[in-house]
Amino acid sequence: MTHPAPSARRSGPDRAPAPVTLKKSGPPRPLGLRVDLHTLSLLGILAVLVAVGGITEPEAFLDTGNLQLVLTQASVIGVVTVGMTFVITSGGIDLSVGAMVALASVWATTLATQEYGFAGIVFTAVLVGLGVGLVNGVLIAYGRVVPFIATLAMLASARGVALMITDGKTQIVTVTSVLDLGLPRSYVLGIPPLVLIFAAVTVAGWLLLNRTTFGRRTVAVGGNAEAARLAGIDVRRQRLYLYLLSGLCCGIAAFMLIVLSGSGQNTNGNLYELDAIAAAIIGGTLLSGGKGTIVGSVLGVLVFTTITNIFALNNLQSDVQQIAKGAIIVAAVLVQGRTSPRAET
Amino acid sequence: MPRTSRRGLLFGTAAVSAGAFLTACTSNEPKEKNTAATSGAPAADDRPGKPVTIGFAGPQADHGWLNAINENARSRAKKYSEVTLETTEGSNDTAAQIGQVKTLINKKVDVLVVLPADGKALTQVGLEAMRAGIPVINLDRIFASPQAYRCWVGGDNYGMGLNAGTYIGEQLKDKPNAKVVELAGIDNLELTKQRSEGFAAALKNYPNIKLVARQAADFTVESGQAKMAQLLQAQKKFDALWNHDDDQGVGALRAIQQAGRDEFLMVGGAGAKSAMDAIKADNTVLKATVLYPPTMAASAIDLARALGQGKGVAGLAELEIPTSLTLYSAVVTKDNVDQYLPTGFN
Repeated sequence: MTHPAPSARRSGPDRAPAPVTLKKSGPPRPLGLRVDLHTLSLLGILAVLVAVGGITEPEAFLDTGNLQLVLTQASVIGVVTVGMTFVITSGGIDLSVGAMVALASVWATTLATQEYGFAGIVFTAVLVGLGVGLVNGVLIAYGRVVPFIATLAMLASARGVALMITDGKTQIVTVTSVLDLGLPRSYVLGIPPLVLIFAAVTVAGWLLLNRTTFGRRTVAVGGNAEAARLAGIDVRRQRLYLYLLSGLCCGIAAFMLIVLSGSGQNTNGNLYELDAIAAAIIGGTLLSGGKGTIVGSVLGVLVFTTITNIFALNNLQSDVQQIAKGAIIVAAVLVQGRTSPRAET
Repeated sequence: MPRTSRRGLLFGTAAVSAGAFLTACTSNEPKEKNTAATSGAPAADDRPGKPVTIGFAGPQADHGWLNAINENARSRAKKYSEVTLETTEGSNDTAAQIGQVKTLINKKVDVLVVLPADGKALTQVGLEAMRAGIPVINLDRIFASPQAYRCWVGGDNYGMGLNAGTYIGEQLKDKPNAKVVELAGIDNLELTKQRSEGFAAALKNYPNIKLVARQAADFTVESGQAKMAQLLQAQKKFDALWNHDDDQGVGALRAIQQAGRDEFLMVGGAGAKSAMDAIKADNTVLKATVLYPPTMAASAIDLARALGQGKGVAGLAELEIPTSLTLYSAVVTKDNVDQYLPTGFN
C-alpha cells in the first residue's frame, strides 16, 4: 500500500519530460528566464533577509562596502555551486569540490609556481581542477563507480595530496599582481574583480544549461539516462564532461580564493561540498536530477551569504548561527516542495 | 582564579628550587651558572644514558602549530643517541588514534607521548597503557583522568587570553571608552572557551575598555579572512583586536588590508613565524603575539627520556619528574621578537 505513491511519482518524470526537451529544438516554454514560483519565493526570502539586516543593523548592513563584501564572499562558493548545479542536474553528485579547491589552491601557491607569477598561478589552479575533474569523470563514466563513492574517495585523496604538498604549512602568496586583484584599487566601477568573475561564470553557466545542446543533454541524462542513451546521446561522454566542468569551476574558485586570502592552505574549501549542494537544492535543482537552475543556485548562495553577514553584523555566536542555518535549509526545501512545478504534477 | 595561582605556585617553586640548586652547585663559578641558565636545561643531562624507546602518537598535522609539534618532537629525539622514536601516522580520528596507541603498547615501547585529537576520548587507552606498565606523557589536550597519565605537559590557554588582555589593557589604559574586538578560534573546542575566559578576566581590570564584538573562525586562513571582513564591516572603529590563532591571522591581516583599516592594534596568538616577521617589520597593525609554544613537544620528549631512565629533571631538585607542567604564554612584541623568532613556526 505504501509503494504506489513514490513509484508513481518517479515514473512521471521518467516518461514525460526527457524526450520532449530532446527532440524539439525550441523548448516548450521560454527556458530559464521564466520567473517561476520557486524563484519568486527565493527572491522573497532574500527580500525578507535584506529587511531584517536593514532593521537590525541599518548603518552597517545598508552600506556599499557591505554589499561589496556580501557579493565577494558569495563569489568563490558561487562559482563552485554553478559547476555543482550541472552535476546534480545530470543526476550525479560531486563531493570532492572542497578538496579540489584545496588541492588546486596549494598547488598553485607553491614556491615553484609563484616564480611564474600571475599566469603561472591561474594556469596551475585551472589545470589541477581540470585534472582532478577528469579523474572523477573517467571513474564515474567509464569505471562505472557510483558518483557518491568516486567523489568521496577523491575528497579524501585530494585533501591528502594537498596536505602532502603543504606539509601542514600556510603558503603565503607574494605575487603582487595576484594580491592586488583583491584590493579596492582594482575594483571596476565599484565592483570587485572576484564578483565580475562570478558574474561571468554565472552567465556562461546559464547560457550553457539553457541555450545549448550540451545543456539539454545534461537535463536529459538526469531525467532518464536510458531514454537519453536511446535518443542517441553518448551518456558516458556527457558525464565525463560534466565532472570536468565541475573541476574547472573548482580551479577557477581556487584562484579566486588565493586572491581573496592571499595564501594557499590545505584546509581551503572546507565543507564547500555541503554549502554548494545546499545552495543548489535550495535554488530548485532536483537532487534526483532532470531539473537544474543556475539562477536559483546563485540566489541560494546569496541567501546563505546574506544570512552569514547579518549574523556577524549582529554579533551572534557560532552555535546560534549553525542552528539558524539548518533551520533555513529545511524551511527552504519545504517551500520548494510546495512551489516546484514538478511537485504539482 | 585558581588556575593562575596554581601556575604561579608551580613556577614560583620551580624558580626558587632552580635558584637554590644553581647557587648551591655553582656559587663560586658565575660563568658556568650563566651557561646552565641559557642552555634550555634538558631533562636529566645531555650525556647518553640507558636506551629508551619512546612511542609518539599525535594528531594529523593539518595546521601550522600541529606540524611544529611533530617537528619539535622529532628533532629533540634525534638529539639523544640512545633515544629511539616510534612515531605513528597523525590522525584526527579518535578510533584510529586509539588503534595507533594500542599498537605502540603492543610494541612494548618504554614510554608513550600522546597528543590526542580529543583528550577525553583517549582517556581509556591512556589508562590501558599505564596499567600495562608504560608511563604516559599526556601532551597538551588533557585526559579526563589523572590515572591515565604519569605527567601532563601543555600550554596555558587561560593564561594566553589573560596575557593578551593584559597587554591590550596596558596599551589602552589611558584611552576613554576604548573598544576591543575578539576573533576567536573553533568555538566547540574547550581551549577556545578558556582563551576567551582569560581574555575577559584581564579586561575586567580595565573599566575603560569594552569588548564590543566576538566572532569565531575555524583556525584556517580562509575563515580568518571571511570572519574578519565581517567584523570590520560591523565595527566601523575600534581600538584593539585579539585574534586567537596566527594561521587564521594570515587571513585576518589580509581582510584588514583589503578594508584599508589601521586605526587599531592587533595581537595574535600561537607564535607563527609570519606573525613574528610582521611584528619585527612593524608595518602592519599586528603589534604582538601571545605564545602557545610548540616547543612543549620537545619538553615532552625530554621528560619521556628522563622517565624511561628513571631520572629527575635537572634544576628541579627532585628524584622524579613532575606530574604537571604548564608552559608560559609569553607576549612577543617588537622589543623581544628576536629572542623568540627561532621558535616561530611556518
